[in-house]
Amino acid sequence: MQTYRELLRNVKAEITEVDARAAQELEGAVWVDVRRFDEWEQGHLPNAVHVPRGSLESRIEGVVPDRATPVVLYCASGERSAFGAKSLAELGYERVVSLAGGFTDWKRNGYEIVLPTTLSPEKRTRYSRHLLIPEIGEAGQLKLLDSKILLIGAGGLGSPAALYLAAAGVGRIGIIDADIVDETNLQRQIAHSLDALGTPKVDSARRAIEKLNPDVEVRTYRERLTSDNVDQILDDGWEIVVDGADNFPTRYLLNDASVWRGIPVVHGSIYRFEGQVTVFKPGDGPCYRCLFPEPPPAELAPSCAEGGVLGVLPGIVGTLQTNEALKLALGIGEPLIGRLLLVDALAAEFNEVHVKRNPACPVCGDEPTITEYVDYVEFCAR
Amino acid sequence: MEVPPKDPDASCSADVAARAVSVIRVPPVLREDAGGAREVEASGATVRELLEDLTEQLPALGERIFDGQQIRPFVNVYVDGEDVRTLGGLDVPVRHDSTVVLLPAMAGG
Repeated sequence: MQTYRELLRNVKAEITEVDARAAQELEGAVWVDVRRFDEWEQGHLPNAVHVPRGSLESRIEGVVPDRATPVVLYCASGERSAFGAKSLAELGYERVVSLAGGFTDWKRNGYEIVLPTTLSPEKRTRYSRHLLIPEIGEAGQLKLLDSKILLIGAGGLGSPAALYLAAAGVGRIGIIDADIVDETNLQRQIAHSLDALGTPKVDSARRAIEKLNPDVEVRTYRERLTSDNVDQILDDGWEIVVDGADNFPTRYLLNDASVWRGIPVVHGSIYRFEGQVTVFKPGDGPCYRCLFPEPPPAELAPSCAEGGVLGVLPGIVGTLQTNEALKLALGIGEPLIGRLLLVDALAAEFNEVHVKRNPACPVCGDEPTITEYVDYVEFCAR
Repeated sequence: MEVPPKDPDASCSADVAARAVSVIRVPPVLREDAGGAREVEASGATVRELLEDLTEQLPALGERIFDGQQIRPFVNVYVDGEDVRTLGGLDVPVRHDSTVVLLPAMAGG
């Protein structure tokens, strides 16, 4: 009777063990990872196929039909692959080698590894149209599933943003809104429907998201953003904020809080047939106060409730904001930083103006004069 | 019917160049003061001259955007996509056919 160590030694004497360099010189070799699925999931060699040791003999002919093809087997340390190599030799494979030191040494020596495919078959199907895009692919979709985006407002702009972010598979979506759904909202706020009348917008938006995509975790804040709660809310781990607020005090408050935290804000605003979209990324462009040092007087700043808005306009602007938020989350494309996009639905025109960081900005400038929250209602009423 | 002869130089004579015509885009909240116009043509060699011409045509609009010699701080003025504040102010020269955008912040969402 022999011990495991003796058995291993005897098997290794019968097979060919090679190091990483020699293995890579085997032209046309098929690389087979014989570890368990949970090990494979943690990372594997590039171009390897996964055939767990337990199924190696039964499946190898499907993977390597020609017994003259060189085969490199590897496991975690080179033991399971040694037994596998002996077995394949008995099946008639002529050029089988076992990778000495296995995946552990390969990784330790700094050779390339491939991060795992961790999307479940269901997610692979749901996000297949993203996976097909080279700029997104599996890695990008995993980033989206791990991203945390906060919506200020679940109204005209927040509705399309909530639905498209949810559909895209953003992992966690936060929604701040104190209002309840009323009939005048339904002309444009597409996250809400008749059966939500009289219920909080955050609850209605949560239901819409959950119906669309159960992968998304929804956090709701049924309150207005104020100096008292902004710290607590923004410190909940949000990486990107989509600003769809309906008033100036909230927008200036959000700006100051996000500049101080370094959180990018995707800004959108609308009135009648016209909208504005831009991205404020602290440290990498202007902030809201650089663009608009102060708000207009009340008579020149009617809300949509006072002046009206074409129902589809928040759809256009809110989806442009969503596009920017997804690009930021994925780290791709040219974000609208330092550029204010002007949308004119009536003319069907998109124009752009440049926005520069103002070195004298009281919040993000070189010598800031505003370093704590102010009375934003008073500031906007001056 | 007699067609007047085309004079290729007429549109760029020295006189016309001095009275360069530009387009000023009026934002929705200021249109009431502009008789509903989305765009107004104005002439002048600098942004200030353009806006002074605009004020002559539409005194109510001028009242809205000017505070004495200065533009009110909540109105952003862009000439050909650049903020005049970053170009040194209203006296920046404009070329013929410039587009000036008047833009106050909007809060709606």
